[in-house]
Amino acid sequence: MGFLDRFLKAPSWGVHPEDHKRPAADAPLRIFPTPERVFMPLHQHVGGVARPIVLVGQKVLKGELIAEAQGNISAPIHAPVSGTIAAVGDVTAPHPSGMPFKAITIESDGANRWIDCEPLADPFSAAPEEITKRTAAAGVVGLGGATFPAAPKFALGKRLKVSTLIVNGGECEPYLSSDDRIMRDYPEMVVDGARLVMHAIGASEALVGIEENKPEAIAAMRKAAAAFPEVKIRPLPALYPMGSDRQLIKVLTGIEVPSDARAAETGVLVHNVSTCAAVHKAIRLGQPLVERIITINGGAIANPGNLYAPLGTMIGDLFTFVGLKEAPSRIILGGPMMGTPLLHDRIPIVKGASGILAFNAAEAFVPEAGPCIRCGNCTKACPMGLLPLEMAARIRVGDLEGAEAFALSDCISCGCCAYVCPSHIPLVQYFSHAKGELTAAERTKLRTDATKRLAEAKAARVERENREKAEAAAKRKAEREAAKAATAQPASVAVEKTEGASA
Amino acid sequence: MSQAFGMPVAAPHTTTTNSPGRIMSLVMMALAPATLYGFWLYGWPAFYLWLITILAAMLGEAFCLRWQNRSAAPILQDGSAILTGWLLAVSLPPWAPWWIGVFGGLFATTLGKQAFGGLGQNLFNPAMVARVALLISFPVQMTAWVGPLPMFSVGAPGPIEGLLIVLRGIPPALDAVTSATTLGFAKTELSRGVDLFQSAVHTPALSFFGNRPGSLGETAAWLIAAGGVAMMALRLITWHIPLAMLAGIAIPAAIMHAVDPARYLDMGAHLLSGGAMLGAFFIATDYVTSPNAPRGQLIFGFGCGVLTYIIRTWAGYPEGVAFAVLLMNSMTPIIDTYFKPRIYGRDSKGKPLQTAN
Repeated sequence: MGFLDRFLKAPSWGVHPEDHKRPAADAPLRIFPTPERVFMPLHQHVGGVARPIVLVGQKVLKGELIAEAQGNISAPIHAPVSGTIAAVGDVTAPHPSGMPFKAITIESDGANRWIDCEPLADPFSAAPEEITKRTAAAGVVGLGGATFPAAPKFALGKRLKVSTLIVNGGECEPYLSSDDRIMRDYPEMVVDGARLVMHAIGASEALVGIEENKPEAIAAMRKAAAAFPEVKIRPLPALYPMGSDRQLIKVLTGIEVPSDARAAETGVLVHNVSTCAAVHKAIRLGQPLVERIITINGGAIANPGNLYAPLGTMIGDLFTFVGLKEAPSRIILGGPMMGTPLLHDRIPIVKGASGILAFNAAEAFVPEAGPCIRCGNCTKACPMGLLPLEMAARIRVGDLEGAEAFALSDCISCGCCAYVCPSHIPLVQYFSHAKGELTAAERTKLRTDATKRLAEAKAARVERENREKAEAAAKRKAEREAAKAATAQPASVAVEKTEGASA
Repeated sequence: MSQAFGMPVAAPHTTTTNSPGRIMSLVMMALAPATLYGFWLYGWPAFYLWLITILAAMLGEAFCLRWQNRSAAPILQDGSAILTGWLLAVSLPPWAPWWIGVFGGLFATTLGKQAFGGLGQNLFNPAMVARVALLISFPVQMTAWVGPLPMFSVGAPGPIEGLLIVLRGIPPALDAVTSATTLGFAKTELSRGVDLFQSAVHTPALSFFGNRPGSLGETAAWLIAAGGVAMMALRLITWHIPLAMLAGIAIPAAIMHAVDPARYLDMGAHLLSGGAMLGAFFIATDYVTSPNAPRGQLIFGFGCGVLTYIIRTWAGYPEGVAFAVLLMNSMTPIIDTYFKPRIYGRDSKGKPLQTAN
């Protein structure tokens, strides 16, 4: 790619935040020692909450099923360590509200003994459905952060005859390097996983998009994919939000996903590199998803880097392992652009946790918001081509429908607008608020509509019943009168008397 | 460890170091060369007028903020009032009396800006509102131009003398320097029935460096353009509005000049005279009062240019940039409504794209 090419073909959207990836990305992967206790939340994925199938006091092995999937879109949960089930109860959710949610607590026995794993001998001669089934059973979900169960996505890809698998190694969020690390240390796993996914969905090629700020990962992946011409490594310009599926698809294939369609409908499917590695483990090793690489980074961390840790490990335990220079001023699950602020560190890591950031006071500083000067930087940065300033101006005065008319629903909450805003207006907060209000209003409307429908139906039914009753009564009366008239023809005086009494 | 980490805040958890104050400072730095040239060209009175206008603009802003029980100091630090005063000052006749600067500066920030709700809320460019208010209210003072009398040259007023000129008016001894601008002279002569060949106002060589009668900081067209290009390089503005506005002036000027060179000034004279350059790079590009999507900006800029040409050529005033910009400012909300950028996954009308398969 020549200089001029880069200048002319570079996407016009996006931002270049300081990436802060090194030195954490260059530090060798460390294996986190088995913690004494893990807390495995039952809801670590998009969709139905898993249902626990173990009892307190029961012994489990590493990788044993402890909660099964419930519903079409759901994922099972497996024990990340061997030990004893200590409790099934509430822990703090990895959510800014700090709400409690259900988790299974396992006391580790320290042995870390695996269950008997059953690898699939020759997956490429197996039916694609077999890959999908085993991926579902292994509890694999999208590890880029979206945590959508992988198997239903495979099935969708197969049904819509997807031809291209896009493997997302963008990792455009600053600070994070877990995908970088998996591509550097386990490129064969990622490439094999990508080929397994291709087999599962029937795709003929895989495009692995990797940002140019990860040259080591690109080199390692090129080497691993050298034997497989269908797996193509595609370096991408380092630009946030390159890892967003719609932007990645456009840059790699030129296809623009219609605003009301899913990516699969345009013939492509996106899976994260870590997800591909998890599929590899599920099929080739028979191991369910119980561990992951997680980046621990930020100004408050003494030795930032990537850890290979069991899911359900408390964030505080990870911090103790890497050391803290100072008490963090903010803890974030995920990256700084879209991550979730956490209330404290007694929260377990989950399948979608690609990183935990501990910010020092300088990093956590939030400048005061000022008035919009209509500079238009948000418009230039928006990867969806929206007008954040116009939407925010309408949301500020409560005109949510007005904001919706500017295609608020197309906003992907990437945070580019709020990042570039010189007045530091929390635009994403405005949009999240408005989307929440609109969803709530929609739900209320559906409910009132339903109530109205029921009320109308009831009124109609009551009216009908009354009418039928009246008709029946009139009919009976007419019959009675007819009968009386027939029997008491001579005694007409008596009939008149009866009528007078009833009136 | 069991501490809590305060209130949750919305993502993103990192932000740019940019701020309105930084943007305003950079714009002022881009404007500085042309302004300094103006100080040199027209001497000390120009400097004092510039200072007075900026102070008046800041005073107007501070007064309105205190009136609303808001603290003035942090808001004045964003530099927007200074920039407004500065832009107004460079569009004034360089030896205008002090009260022109005071009236204009106060008018700009009070009625032009704070009356609408402050920074980001005004519909019209505050500096141009004030310029037009002055032009209509005080036409004599606003069209009293002096010829170049460079600082430190023989006969030029010194620091004290310059201050007295601003405070007391131009002394009779210096009255001879009063002159006319290219556009003004052409208009006057044409209205007397003297065509452009006879009045011989074609002096683009003089205009080139700005060494001619005109507004305080508007004559050095190339220094202004250089400042504008610097702002583009810093990504403060895009090329859309300036280029479209200059095209809007140049295209009709070229056509009309070709049709009748005796009646219509050529393209160069139009582009290098008056407020064309300042308007294109510094006035029309004001964020608050211009459209924010590229197509809208092209329309807005072109409209500013064409209206400037029309007002200069056929209306009663020799210069039209201020009127043209204000007229187009009023169109900004409409332009923004009809010329939005195309959204990803939707066609230009906002309908979702069709899937290929």
